[in-house]
Amino acid sequence: MTSAIHVRDLRKSYGELDVLRGVDLDIAQGSIVALLGSNGAGKTTLVRILSTLLPADSGEASIHGLDVATAGPQVRATISLTGQFAAVDEVLTGRENLVLVAQLRHLAEPGRIADEVLARFSLTDAGQRRVSTWSGGMRRRLDIAMSLIGEPRVIFLDEPTTGLDPQARIEVWQAVKEVASRGTTVLLTTQYLDEAEQLADRIAILHEGRILVDGTLAELQDLLPPAEVEYVQKQPSLEDVFLAVIGTDRGAA
Amino acid sequence: MTTHFFSDTAVLLGRSLRHIARSPDTIISTLLMPIAMMLLFVYVFGGAIRSGTESYVSYLLPGILVLTIASGISYTAFRLFLDIQGGIVERFRSMPIARSSVLWAHVLTSLVANLLSLGVVLLVGLAMGFRSGAGPLAWLAVLGILVLLTLALTWVAVIPGLTAKSVDGASAFAYPLIFLPFISSAFVPTDTMPGPVRAFAEHQPVTTIIDVLRRLFAEQPVGSDIWAALAWCLGILAVAYVVAVRTYRGAVSA
Ligand SMILES: Nc1ncnc2c1ncn2[C@@H]1O[C@H](COP(=O)(O)OP(=O)(O)OP(=O)(O)O)[C@@H](O)[C@H]1O
Ligand SMILES: [Mg+2]
Repeated sequence: MTSAIHVRDLRKSYGELDVLRGVDLDIAQGSIVALLGSNGAGKTTLVRILSTLLPADSGEASIHGLDVATAGPQVRATISLTGQFAAVDEVLTGRENLVLVAQLRHLAEPGRIADEVLARFSLTDAGQRRVSTWSGGMRRRLDIAMSLIGEPRVIFLDEPTTGLDPQARIEVWQAVKEVASRGTTVLLTTQYLDEAEQLADRIAILHEGRILVDGTLAELQDLLPPAEVEYVQKQPSLEDVFLAVIGTDRGAA
Repeated sequence: MTTHFFSDTAVLLGRSLRHIARSPDTIISTLLMPIAMMLLFVYVFGGAIRSGTESYVSYLLPGILVLTIASGISYTAFRLFLDIQGGIVERFRSMPIARSSVLWAHVLTSLVANLLSLGVVLLVGLAMGFRSGAGPLAWLAVLGILVLLTLALTWVAVIPGLTAKSVDGASAFAYPLIFLPFISSAFVPTDTMPGPVRAFAEHQPVTTIIDVLRRLFAEQPVGSDIWAALAWCLGILAVAYVVAVRTYRGAVSA
């Protein structure tokens, strides 16, 4: 079976700056994978390459067997992207935003689809108001909702909860779980370790241009020396794993 | 996928037209300058200008129409810049749509908005005494030239819309365009201008286009000048289109 997302030795630099230095990643169909990385690790760069917005310098990247470099239109018909910053039209109402996306995906009955999606994301009440009057959390949910229209097989979410308050984060998490429950493959990037713990089936850590580790939370926890488990007397948190793997010593905290 | 080019463009055009309908002040503000100029030149300077025609309004109106377009198209740069900044262009580009439909929608929006503005300016001109006995064919020719000029200048405006780093930068390019009609036959005949200025004025496209419009309104033969005017419009259109589409492919994805 071909993986939903397949990346092999992918490289990208901006001038002198080598951002991706040979990324390898395979993501099975229907799973939620969290891509963890610090600021500037290259998460957005990777997601933009996978969604055909940016050409890579070398290496392979394909979505359901479709090469992102040569089969752009087919890849775009398979995926959908929610970028790092909410990309909604503030002049339009929430419903109009959803209708717009449904029309651009050439679906029949865009109005009915918009109403269904509003209901699914508990946005029906706000749906008739211009998005400029919405809160940040509502916009982000709309942003994600727009990505679901047309049932793409693979969804990229670039830092879906950055800048949101705890309540809004939980709402977005519910939205992501809702998407994944329908069998959609989700690749989400995040800097929040608890978010990865909460949502992801598998976690990949991007650091210094490579995927350092990739596995389930339990597999990642096994990476730490057992000695630490004894002292702490509980499972190491993902934060411990993350800091250990990227080799940052945060002292005696 | 180019198969959806027309439907995608129509959907995105509908979106931009909604933006305009919800902030009609953008059209009103682009209208203020040309109408103020028309009032100023007709009622303040007009008496002192020898245009060689009976009615100065009739002499002036073609230039004001060109000025209206020059002032109107800067909003395309502004809107496109905001769309790129807001990330919505990136969203569109990651969707299975005809990619160039994003630009065409903005260009056609500009065409609709400018035709509305031109209509208003024409009505104000009529109220101020502009008269023309031109027949349907001449009016059609006027409309054709104005449409072509709007398309050409809007494609020019797309370029700063794509490349600007700030809102001010996106709109600033329009100032030289607005200035061009002043060094042309728009307000005064060129033969009173000093040598180099006159040479520039007589050979720049705005003069050619305005002179043709003026003769079409005055029921005079346009001769070969209409081809020169069309060539200017088409030439600018072709160059701006190619540069804009290239910039769109490159700059936005970098
Ligand atoms: N267009 C560009 N030109 C030059 N450098 C760039 C460009 N885009 C990104 N970079 C640099 O590439 C590196 C990786 O950027 P990227 O946005 O992929 O990181 P990220 O992991 O998404 O970070 P963040 O968590 O801050 O969103 C950064 O150092 C960034 O400054
Ligand atoms: Mg990022």
